[in-house]
Amino acid sequence: MAGTPVQVTGTVLTTRRVDAYHALTVVAPGIADRFRPGHFVTVAVGGPQTSMLTRRAFAVHDVKSDYGGTVEFVFAVRGPGTAWLADRKARDALDMVGPLGRPFPLPRDPATCLLVGGEYGSAPLFALADALHQRNCRVDFVLGAASSDRVFGALRARRIGETTTLTTQDGSLGMRGSVVDVLPAVIADTRADVVYACGPMPMLRGVTAVCVEFDIPVQVSVEEAMACGIGICMTCVVPVIGDDGATRMVRVCTEGPVFRGERVRFDDVGTIPFDALGAPGGDRGR
Amino acid sequence: MRAYLAHVELPNPILAAAGCAGTGRELSAFADVTRFGALTTRSITMAPRAGRPTPRMAETPSGMLNAVGLQGPGVEAFLARELPWLAERGARTVVSIGGGSVAEYTALARRLADAPGVTAVEINLSCPNVDDRGRVFARDGGAAAEVVASVRAAMRYDVPVVAKLAPDVADVVAIARACVDGGADALAMINTPIGMSIDVDAMRPALAAGTGGLSGPAIRPLAVRCVWQVHAALPGVPLIGMGGVTSGRDALELVLAGACAVAVGTTLFHDPYACPRILRELEELLHERGFDRLADAVGLAHRPAHRNDLEESPL
Ligand SMILES: Cc1cc2nc3c(=O)[nH]c(=O)nc-3n(C[C@H](O)[C@H](O)[C@H](O)COP(=O)(O)OP(=O)(O)OC[C@H]3O[C@@H](n4cnc5c(N)ncnc54)[C@H](O)[C@@H]3O)c2cc1C
Ligand SMILES: Cc1cc2nc3c(=O)[nH]c(=O)nc-3n(C[C@H](O)[C@H](O)[C@H](O)COP(=O)(O)O)c2cc1C
Ligand code: FES
Repeated sequence: MAGTPVQVTGTVLTTRRVDAYHALTVVAPGIADRFRPGHFVTVAVGGPQTSMLTRRAFAVHDVKSDYGGTVEFVFAVRGPGTAWLADRKARDALDMVGPLGRPFPLPRDPATCLLVGGEYGSAPLFALADALHQRNCRVDFVLGAASSDRVFGALRARRIGETTTLTTQDGSLGMRGSVVDVLPAVIADTRADVVYACGPMPMLRGVTAVCVEFDIPVQVSVEEAMACGIGICMTCVVPVIGDDGATRMVRVCTEGPVFRGERVRFDDVGTIPFDALGAPGGDRGR
Repeated sequence: MRAYLAHVELPNPILAAAGCAGTGRELSAFADVTRFGALTTRSITMAPRAGRPTPRMAETPSGMLNAVGLQGPGVEAFLARELPWLAERGARTVVSIGGGSVAEYTALARRLADAPGVTAVEINLSCPNVDDRGRVFARDGGAAAEVVASVRAAMRYDVPVVAKLAPDVADVVAIARACVDGGADALAMINTPIGMSIDVDAMRPALAAGTGGLSGPAIRPLAVRCVWQVHAALPGVPLIGMGGVTSGRDALELVLAGACAVAVGTTLFHDPYACPRILRELEELLHERGFDRLADAVGLAHRPAHRNDLEESPL
């Protein structure tokens, strides 16, 4: 869980386009101070009179100490909320809450860490790489997407990673295929001790399956539709196996978004598994 | 600004609505929940419930649909882990209960009867009645009254029992009257009307459950109408108004319609500091209008209109 999240009316410092993505850097002191890699923020979209009620969640890409603390996030335009964000200009105000969620746990001792990102899921991996380097870990990257313009952070990965493997579905960059296809070979080559992954659910399921086969720990950062981001609405749940072996519907926003991959029942996401705690015998309430 | 929920005094009239404030712990990172008028829990059920599959939420114009399905750990875990946390801090807790039969509501009330820290019990009547092929209690005055009467009988006499009504019924006043006749000390309204949204790209319902409860400013006019009608018919019954309250002005609208307390739900998702902010705004608005006490504004919009503007005109 995050320390104490805060709500900040930040000011947009810079906006940039990165291939298919937009990136916003926002002056948000209280959030930058408390940030750890893997945290996310929620952003109010649409302005004060908007009909868009729910905040949008974004993984924090980077924080810097300039101007008392800045937060950068990277996003793809998906619907009206992200379209509104893409129109923001420097000096616009932006209402953010953060940092939220359970960050990536870091290994106690130096280890070889493989960071796997799909689409904009690479965004939170660079702050993680910095933190791992500070602990004298070796960092390798596998980044992939549908096409080259959707692979986020390839240059930076090449600069800071020991090795970087890129994949695209259309073959426009790196190997043709998905990150999951190349993963077994990369794990074998790098002798990875641990894998961190962030990206679409099918990718996380594939990455987890490979790691289970290699018997190495995997931490995944998952996404589920969220109404509050702070643990009060119960809309963002996924089935996760607890320490006691029981499956519970747990909140991605507070117990996650980072989970041990093998604990997430990827095949059952979007259902209530029959053996989950409190699974329906009868179908009541709403 | 004091408020009363039946005979129980609250330090202020702004409450957190059921299912919108978590266990209290989550919100306490932002606002002091012990200073809310009261915090209403999500609806507690006898057994643990896993709820509905995801997606459980969909944003709609000025609102959202939810189909959480009363996910919760069950009453024993609630009494062991959640209520004590609130009670130890001195928070006022309205415990919402949900059941599938009169017997289940009654069993919940019995379980709560001697638990310390229960300020009031709120009966979530928007639960399907398993003995009536899933018709929700809130749509059936007789069944609602039966639940209210048996919860009232099982609870301690000094703990008010509040019946929570839904707006999407043929005659909300008839249901309200049935609940009061059954022994409800106060009424809460409105629960979420049922709505639906279809993702036209996927060409499927946006929610896994298909339908869900609509909340947020989109339903505020429904809330104002229900509070208005029920206050007009039953002026002596305390009403907790809710539905799309985002500001002190919205809260005042419900007060003028007849609510003596106002609960904030969906707005907390956007603004976790909403309760103290809305209270401050409401106090300022009342002060500007020359009210010293909340009670003087309750239901004030019902006063007869004076069509004497012409007489007073200097022309
Ligand atoms: C922990 C987390 C981290 C995320 N990080 C990023 C990121 O770094 N970059 C990025 O581009 N996107 C990220 N997302 C997804 C992002 O939140 C959605 O793309 C965004 O909410 C879409 O808003 P919209 O109005 O453009 O689209 P719409 O589809 O119109 O959104 C409508 C509603 O659905 C909700 N919603 C729909 N899909 C999602 C989803 N997958 N996750 C959360 N809410 C959803 C929105 O919050 C909103 O209430 C993240 C989501 C989560 C949960
Ligand atoms: C996510 C969510 C969960 C809810 N859970 C409950 C619940 O458990 N019991 C209940 O009586 N009402 C529940 N409600 C209804 C609210 O308490 C409230 O009546 C309704 O949302 C209208 O108020 P609002 O527009 O301010 O949210 C829930 C509403 C939402 C949005
Ligand atoms: S988004 Fe509300 S509980 Fe997770």
